[in-house]
Amino acid sequence: MESVIALWNALPLVVQILLKIVVIMLPLMIMVAYYTYAERKVIGHMQVRMGPNRVGFFGFRLLGLGQPIADAVKLMFKEIVIPSGANKLLFLIAPMLSIAPALAAWAVFPFDAELALTHINAGLLYILALTSLGVYGVIIAGWSSNSKYALLGAMRSAAQIVAYEIAMGFALVGVLVAAGSLDLRQIVLAQQGSLLHWFWLPLLPLFVIYFISGVAETNRAPFDVAEGESEIVAGFHVEYSGMTFAVFFLAEYANMILISALSSLMFLGGWLSPFQGTALESWFDWVPGILWLLAKTLVFMFLFLWFRATFPRYRYDQIMRLGWKVFIPITIVWIVVVGLMKVYHTPWWFN
Amino acid sequence: MSFEKFLFYLFAALMIGAALMVITRRNPVHSVLFLVLAFFNAAGLWMLAEAEFLAIALVLVYVGAVMVLFLFVVMMLDINLAELRAGFVRNMPVALLVAVVMMVELALVLGPSRFGLDQYAAPAHRPADYSNTTELGLALFTRHLYAFEIAAVILLVGIVAAISLTLRRRPDSKYLDPGRQVTVKARDRLRVVRMQAEERE
Repeated sequence: MESVIALWNALPLVVQILLKIVVIMLPLMIMVAYYTYAERKVIGHMQVRMGPNRVGFFGFRLLGLGQPIADAVKLMFKEIVIPSGANKLLFLIAPMLSIAPALAAWAVFPFDAELALTHINAGLLYILALTSLGVYGVIIAGWSSNSKYALLGAMRSAAQIVAYEIAMGFALVGVLVAAGSLDLRQIVLAQQGSLLHWFWLPLLPLFVIYFISGVAETNRAPFDVAEGESEIVAGFHVEYSGMTFAVFFLAEYANMILISALSSLMFLGGWLSPFQGTALESWFDWVPGILWLLAKTLVFMFLFLWFRATFPRYRYDQIMRLGWKVFIPITIVWIVVVGLMKVYHTPWWFN
Repeated sequence: MSFEKFLFYLFAALMIGAALMVITRRNPVHSVLFLVLAFFNAAGLWMLAEAEFLAIALVLVYVGAVMVLFLFVVMMLDINLAELRAGFVRNMPVALLVAVVMMVELALVLGPSRFGLDQYAAPAHRPADYSNTTELGLALFTRHLYAFEIAAVILLVGIVAAISLTLRRRPDSKYLDPGRQVTVKARDRLRVVRMQAEERE
């Protein structure tokens, strides 16, 4: 063990950071791959179908667990078609612009009290800034493909994301008022106590609005008018094929995982054990915090799939009404309520 | 040259390059994207100056929201380049004159005689746990509270004015009120009448 630590310390700083990034990215990419599988399987069962169940390993079907790998290999070997009137450079940059913020946001994400790539004291702001950049990938993809369906999809998506980003930002303002810090680690530590101390209860409206805005930000059903198969074929990525399409696909799922992880971090106590403060606390001491975080994240990830199988797509004017006229006023009111709770030291949460 | 200095010159050079591209590109969408790049490099420079709140707020507000709307508008515009460039040569001398005057003014005001190191000493490096955000918040909400609130009210008035100027009521709009929509019952729409059955002839 000591020799391993000595070897680690002997590595140059850049290599150390790169290795840490690999340690975060590799599980994330595997999660993204199997999230697509889970989506098809879960929605399949919700619609009384089997979902993918053919591709397995070494001649065993194994419930179709080989499907994501087969899909990835297929997409990698397909031709990338660039439309004749397209702006080639921007057309190829757009998928990168959409996946880069989704991955870069993990740089400040605390997986445990000590486990994070970096601790910065403006972590929440950093994440908010990065998630607001994802829209560029969509807009540039829509514009550079030189296709009317793609442009329509990009326009819808841009208006929707800008609208919901405001509600999302206000919800996070509530979190930072309650926690008194922009540092993600401090935000989790401020929720210590018990399951009832977590911010989901005092910030319940903000919690619900944050998650729904997250669904809208990632362009997922029922807010997926940017893709809207029945009206504009596939929206902003209609002209993309092969690996360029796959990167958009990866970005969407990576964003969903990010939103789920952030919701559990900011409203469900992150890595804190749900049995804290009860008689069961010492029984579950051996569970590492990262497993609690993973469990909470998986609940939200399942909600994304459940929403898609349950709700019909919103009409466009209804999306705008919900974002501007319902969510933003509610968040503003609740920020005032949180401020008052904080000033008057409401017992239980803010004493 | 220290690494920090290298980063400063890198960001500064990229920013000036991007700013030049903003005004020389023919395609307005490219110009907007180069402006985004310029904002990013400005954020990098501010980060080097240990103003992390301002740096991230620049990305969040300008890149994440304002430039998205810019891009949105520019993509929808149908710009006729020939028309735009028609008066270029004729207006060139005036434009050059204005540019030169502005350069001289800027050099006079911002020159080393006023903003040199002997006027403003280089800020001391802060420890890693120094929170720029907290300090900024304390300054804004104590010493500069009135100025801050007046600015907020002016912005609010601006928003209200912009909305009331552009709002138009359209009597032909077929808007449905979702609140009333969901409370509709079958009997509001359909009346079941009891009639005397007639015999078939």
